[in-house]
Amino acid sequence: MFPLPDLLPLYYRRLFPFSQYFRWLNYGGVTKNYFQNREFSFTLKDDIYVRYQCFSNQSELEKEMQKMCPYKIDIGAVYSHRPNQHNAVKSGSFQAQEKELVFDIDMTDYDDVRSCCSSADICHKCWTLMKIAVRVLDRALKEDFGFEHRLWVYSGRRGVHCWVCDEAARKLSQSARSAVAEYLSLIRVVGGSETIKKVQLSTPVHPFITYVPVSINVALHYCRAVSCVASMVSDNWVLIYKCTSASPLIRDMLQSDFQKYKTSVKRWESLKKRVNQKNSALLDSEIVLQYCYPRLDVNVSKGVNHLLKSPFSVHPKTGRISVPIDTRQLDQFDPFAVPTISMLCQELDKAVQSGEEDESGKDKEGEPEPKRRVRDYKRTSLGKYVKVFELFVEQMEKSWKGQLLKQSDMQGDF
Amino acid sequence: MQFFRKQRISRLNGDRQADMYPHSLQFYGQPPTENISLAEFETFAVDRLRLLKTIENIGVSYVKTSEQYSKKLEAELRKLLFPYRVDVDEKELGKEYEKRRKDHISHFILRLAYCQTEDLRRWFIQQEMDLFRYRFHEIPEEHFQNFLNTNNLIYNSINEEERRIVKLSIIHSNANISAVKLEEMEIYKVPFQDVLDLVRSRKVYLKGGYTYIPHKEIVTVVLNDFRTRLSKALAVTARSLPVVHSDERLQPLLNHLSHAYVGQDYSIQKNIGKISLEQIDNLSLKSFPLCMRNLHKALRENHHLRHGGRMQYGLFLKGIGLTLEQALQFWRAEFVKGKVDADKFDKTYAYSIRHSFGKEGKRTDYTPFSCMKIILSNAPSQGDHHGCPFRHSDPELLKQKLQSYKIPGNGINQVDDCNFSLNHPNQYFAESQSLLNGKDVKREAPAKISGGSQETPANVKMAESTSSAEMDDLELLFQDAP
Repeated sequence: MFPLPDLLPLYYRRLFPFSQYFRWLNYGGVTKNYFQNREFSFTLKDDIYVRYQCFSNQSELEKEMQKMCPYKIDIGAVYSHRPNQHNAVKSGSFQAQEKELVFDIDMTDYDDVRSCCSSADICHKCWTLMKIAVRVLDRALKEDFGFEHRLWVYSGRRGVHCWVCDEAARKLSQSARSAVAEYLSLIRVVGGSETIKKVQLSTPVHPFITYVPVSINVALHYCRAVSCVASMVSDNWVLIYKCTSASPLIRDMLQSDFQKYKTSVKRWESLKKRVNQKNSALLDSEIVLQYCYPRLDVNVSKGVNHLLKSPFSVHPKTGRISVPIDTRQLDQFDPFAVPTISMLCQELDKAVQSGEEDESGKDKEGEPEPKRRVRDYKRTSLGKYVKVFELFVEQMEKSWKGQLLKQSDMQGDF
Repeated sequence: MQFFRKQRISRLNGDRQADMYPHSLQFYGQPPTENISLAEFETFAVDRLRLLKTIENIGVSYVKTSEQYSKKLEAELRKLLFPYRVDVDEKELGKEYEKRRKDHISHFILRLAYCQTEDLRRWFIQQEMDLFRYRFHEIPEEHFQNFLNTNNLIYNSINEEERRIVKLSIIHSNANISAVKLEEMEIYKVPFQDVLDLVRSRKVYLKGGYTYIPHKEIVTVVLNDFRTRLSKALAVTARSLPVVHSDERLQPLLNHLSHAYVGQDYSIQKNIGKISLEQIDNLSLKSFPLCMRNLHKALRENHHLRHGGRMQYGLFLKGIGLTLEQALQFWRAEFVKGKVDADKFDKTYAYSIRHSFGKEGKRTDYTPFSCMKIILSNAPSQGDHHGCPFRHSDPELLKQKLQSYKIPGNGINQVDDCNFSLNHPNQYFAESQSLLNGKDVKREAPAKISGGSQETPANVKMAESTSSAEMDDLELLFQDAP
């Protein structure tokens, strides 16, 4: 389909945004050895997996990645020592110290409520659930927890990741991370669709939960909220059946209603009516939440040393690049429009052939790599995603500048 | 000339004292740095240990926030010359300083003794937390923010405007707080990392990384902080212990202190094989504490005991010297009289008896249960005979039972200043035996309890023997230490 061994060298030489990537993970050089003590892991050809990779600077990172051409890259924690020294260090002293707070939303965890697709497949209909997940969680991370630097990344196949990069987030302990993940969980993922807990709301309703429907509506803004929710939910009799197990009377009424009314809007209306009649005021919210609420895997978020797929890594099965998502234009994000590595390489070839003929031969050798790379990804569909990444890094850089100044003041450097 | 100099010195002292201990309650962040005599070292440590053991005992008998609890604890604090009051008037300042100094130093000494094992640390932290909680509740609200600030707890209370904005959200987040109650309290902004339990269960209002905690709940937050700090400190202390132990003046005392909490655990049986099975019936009437007497009686009557009873009684018998062979014979003989045939016994019950002697599985030689363990874990239910009768039985029933055991009728009253404190059923047995065999007193051990409340065996007094009854409880515990 796409010969990775051929394409990867090109990708890592001409397209991977090493400059912004390094600026991100170096975090302004505020903490000594922060980049040098960071663990990377690579999946190489023939499924060889190597851990505890680390690099001294951007140039070394580039050289090694171009040499090894990893099929997949994971980012781990910042350790107390250089990760490749982990065996040389006295046992117990080699500790994971900091890492971004991360979340992983996987579409398979919605299989109990998806009727359009299952397991690794996705379509535009169920992608809506991802949009809702991003909105709900992003709002909470920003407003409830005060986290400012959140990078959302498409995983390349069936989910999204979030990297929370604030200093406070990176310093969180394992128990703090699991507390954050549990705060954000309404539906616990407990292996296998049968064991997913039902959403049960009680009064008083915590403000966090009150905001969820708001986020859902914002997410669904472009598809006219009510009808969208209505169509999603009212076609899903299995879901409604499950959610009404505590109220058999309502369930029976709904069953006959649903046989009478064939349109989703009418069914949704009847649902609301029945729910209000029987004073189960929160039941309809519960049903919506059961359908829409993001499923979080607490284990991914809680480990300080957990390794997660890196942004701009290639997905080995689909060939798609794990690209950042611009949350300001979340609704326009189309996972099926995300470039694949073969697409990018083709675009690159075309760009080189068509334009800039006067440059051929002359400065292909003379031009410094980074500068050429900038023009390269701009010529491909990767360009707009790198821009999102660039903006993200710039936002963070503003916060580090202040810190560096403070530090140099204290040391008396002028 | 001398006159003036003296005045100057005393004024300096006064300032220094006031600075050192601005509050009766502290986090014990900084270790004391002065020189101290060995005698004071010892007295301070022993007094604090007494205090912590009292806290443990009253914590079992009374609800921790009740009046009785507070009264008892205050009495103990006063008796042992520890600080117990926040606002102290001018005249008392000198004495108060001494109390706070003692509090400070004794805490750090006990850290040395209690940092060594997980169990010791857990016990120490639990009692210190209970003490902290009591003192914390005694701080009047005016002094509160000041206390927080002096201890670097950056929890600011919010102003009127912010209150108006967040009020409703707080009420919606927290089932325990009504609008009315909230009006009366200060609200503090606490970073979410300091209240993980509330965040985890979403029981608190969270905004911009800060939680809004009403005054009523701030004690949990502060307590958790205290526990975390103390736990870390104990770990650090443990690392520097070798240096401390190399000082031969301190080592014996520290060892004694850490053994005193647990006392003798009766894991090393001194009298193995000295008891014959025929003696048990008789011994149960003479030298068994009430709980074991009950268990034995139930076993004889029903030819059976449930698991809880088998554990508690079985290990007790091991503690008094029964060998494994004797134990197997004893239990089999009894069970076979009931519904269990010898084969079944050998297949099922025998295994667990061998297990409790450390001959099976992971080979842990299980130690007989202490009173605390019996009282606090595995409460008995219908059909069970284990547990502590002074804790788990109906008081009327208990009174009747004791009367039937021929305890003198007028002996049923509360004994507060009892000097003997019972911590272990095997301790009861050992003491009883030594008294019965040493002196020719064939009297039963009288139990004096209050008719209405359920007291712990701490109030059970042994057969009259002036010397042992008046012995210092700590020394008594040291006696049996290996």
